[in-house]
Amino acid sequence: MGARPPHLLDFQDWTPERLGAILDNADTMLQVLDRPVKKVPALQGLTVCNAFFENSTRTRTSFELAARRMSADVLTFAAGASSVSKGESLRDTMEVLTSYKVDAYIVRHHAAGAAHLVARYSGKPVINAGDGRRAHPTQALLDAYTIRQEYGSLEGKTVAIIGDIRHSRVARSNAELLPKLGAKVVLCGPAPLLPAGLGALPGVTLTTDPRAAVRGAHAVMALRLQRERMSGGFLGSLQEYADTYQVNETLMQEAESGAVVLHPGPMNRDLEISGDAADGPRSRILKQVENGQAIRMSVLYHLLVGRN
Amino acid sequence: MITITNIKRVGSEKTESVTIENGLIKGWNLPEEGDVIDGQGGTVAPALIELHAHLREPGQTEKEDLASGLAAAAAGGYGTVVSMPNTSPVVDDPAIVRSLIEKASGLGFARLRPAAALTKGQKGEELAELTYLKEAGAAMFTDDGRTNENARTLRLGLETAGSLGMVISVHAEDASLRADGVMNEGPVSEALGLPGNPASAEAARVARDIEIVAGLHAQGVPARLHIQHLSTARALDLVRAAKAQGLPVTCEVCPHHLTLTDEALRSFDAIFKVAPPLRTQADADHLLEGLRDGSVDCLATDHAPHTRAEKERDLLDAPSGIAYIELAFPLMYTRFGETLGLERILDLMTAAPARVMGWTEPTLDAGQKADLVVLDLTTERTVNPAEFKSKAKFTPWAGETLKGWPLLTVVDGKVAYQR
Repeated sequence: MGARPPHLLDFQDWTPERLGAILDNADTMLQVLDRPVKKVPALQGLTVCNAFFENSTRTRTSFELAARRMSADVLTFAAGASSVSKGESLRDTMEVLTSYKVDAYIVRHHAAGAAHLVARYSGKPVINAGDGRRAHPTQALLDAYTIRQEYGSLEGKTVAIIGDIRHSRVARSNAELLPKLGAKVVLCGPAPLLPAGLGALPGVTLTTDPRAAVRGAHAVMALRLQRERMSGGFLGSLQEYADTYQVNETLMQEAESGAVVLHPGPMNRDLEISGDAADGPRSRILKQVENGQAIRMSVLYHLLVGRN
Repeated sequence: MITITNIKRVGSEKTESVTIENGLIKGWNLPEEGDVIDGQGGTVAPALIELHAHLREPGQTEKEDLASGLAAAAAGGYGTVVSMPNTSPVVDDPAIVRSLIEKASGLGFARLRPAAALTKGQKGEELAELTYLKEAGAAMFTDDGRTNENARTLRLGLETAGSLGMVISVHAEDASLRADGVMNEGPVSEALGLPGNPASAEAARVARDIEIVAGLHAQGVPARLHIQHLSTARALDLVRAAKAQGLPVTCEVCPHHLTLTDEALRSFDAIFKVAPPLRTQADADHLLEGLRDGSVDCLATDHAPHTRAEKERDLLDAPSGIAYIELAFPLMYTRFGETLGLERILDLMTAAPARVMGWTEPTLDAGQKADLVVLDLTTERTVNPAEFKSKAKFTPWAGETLKGWPLLTVVDGKVAYQR
């Protein structure tokens, strides 16, 4: 299975077998979540710090619940992005948190690579909960898990990801993870939002044509269009984008017959995704949220239990 | 008076001595007089000249100051340092130029030749008082750290500076193409999810600036443009073409752009964040070829010290810059001594910068200014940042084994550094 990596920062050090073990373990965690008492003692006595340097409600809540359901104590540190601009280095912040005797860190930060720095300074397991455009590995794991629930395996499957690829850590993490599990990834978006450099990743192809992207796909993921990026001149207009790239039932006709629709949320309805696609029978968007908690429990278990 | 014994001139196996008096080289192999210093069998060369260093004084002395920066330069074998004007306040006032020169002259380390800002406050709008700045002792004009977005202002500056016989040096980078880029744009930046700075940001600006010089040149207006820290193959090709047309354009390359690539950013360590960014191996190879064939005029380090805390920030928030003036020669000699040859490396760090500036080329002849360095070309030593004279005690090359370390630096006939 290969050595157990000390952190989950991205998937570079993770073998397919290790990743498969996390997905397998999530099955057990889902069963825990279905019990009347949704709690196991696996992390009793351990303290997990939610170090959020960037605002997030969904991911923070999901991690917090995951840790609590494993009986860990949870310390939530919401620094906001401002502490860095006030001059405190990430290292200084981490040294303060370390003095609280934390056993693991869940880190979200606006800058790519920040979770790597935390891992360097903390000396404890670090789970990347999203760093800039770089990575959001637990999101990718829950996406992979959701697709695997449909098909039993990722092997030979094609996943189309459509939207603002340039600014998306979800797209990058999926592009790294899914090929490791045997799937092909097609990244699709308007050319300015589709960096050519990503085409160098193994198992990943790029296209600006959404119909071509979806053709033969087993899962289609719409990404949130980050409206704040509009000022950068990346798009002519939101309407132009929606008319061309929206994931809707018409577009889904091109996909495999049983293809499912995913979205990492939060959604801009009727912009990157239509109501019929978001709420229709193909949608697995709420399933993703549920699976997210199980995946995060599984990751915490994998990184923390039996380590000492 | 001092006599340095037991030294060899470049290209010679003969052990000699040199006697120095009143700041000048009195002669070679004379009877020993004054203080006698053992050169330990080292190789003697004219002291190195740095055209691009950030000494951070006034205003940012927590990063570096004249004493630490010039001591670091002397330890690196440099006799003369051109400091950049992007301090706080900006060096755009003759009084600041005078005060810097006066302060530095009393320190006894490397000689300071401050560059002055091209525009008031380095804002790129109104030209600074270039005539007065030259009279005060400014070595050149530059808005380094800023990118001269206003082409007309640069043109007016080139005309004025040209009439004064002065060089304008530029940080050639189109700010709108660079956008929020923090590293070279390419597969590495995309895989890391870091905003990229495309090679075209540099090449496009170099092309624009060369066109301005070409236009002035065609009208017989004297103007000299020096392009700082060239990082891309495309931009170097543009400089090559300009030189082939006889245009008065020169350029410098930094050792870090020759020895590191954007792959280093995979560590997410902001120590590798520089402006312009580390590029690809193909770019580095092309720049090295430019050093070999003469299309790159000289080497400069862009010594840019920051505090450790600033460099421990994430890559978006950390400032750009590496400080390594103390090991520039050992780094170049160890990595490229065989490909470029000792004499070419020394030329790129001594006579070549002087030619760029229009200064007298330094030599070791009797009667010349006694600025010299004695280099130990054989002993290997590990880079230990704790020993740096610079306040920036960290470097990408910490722990590496290098040879070519300075043993002795003499500036104006006085010992500025001795190991």
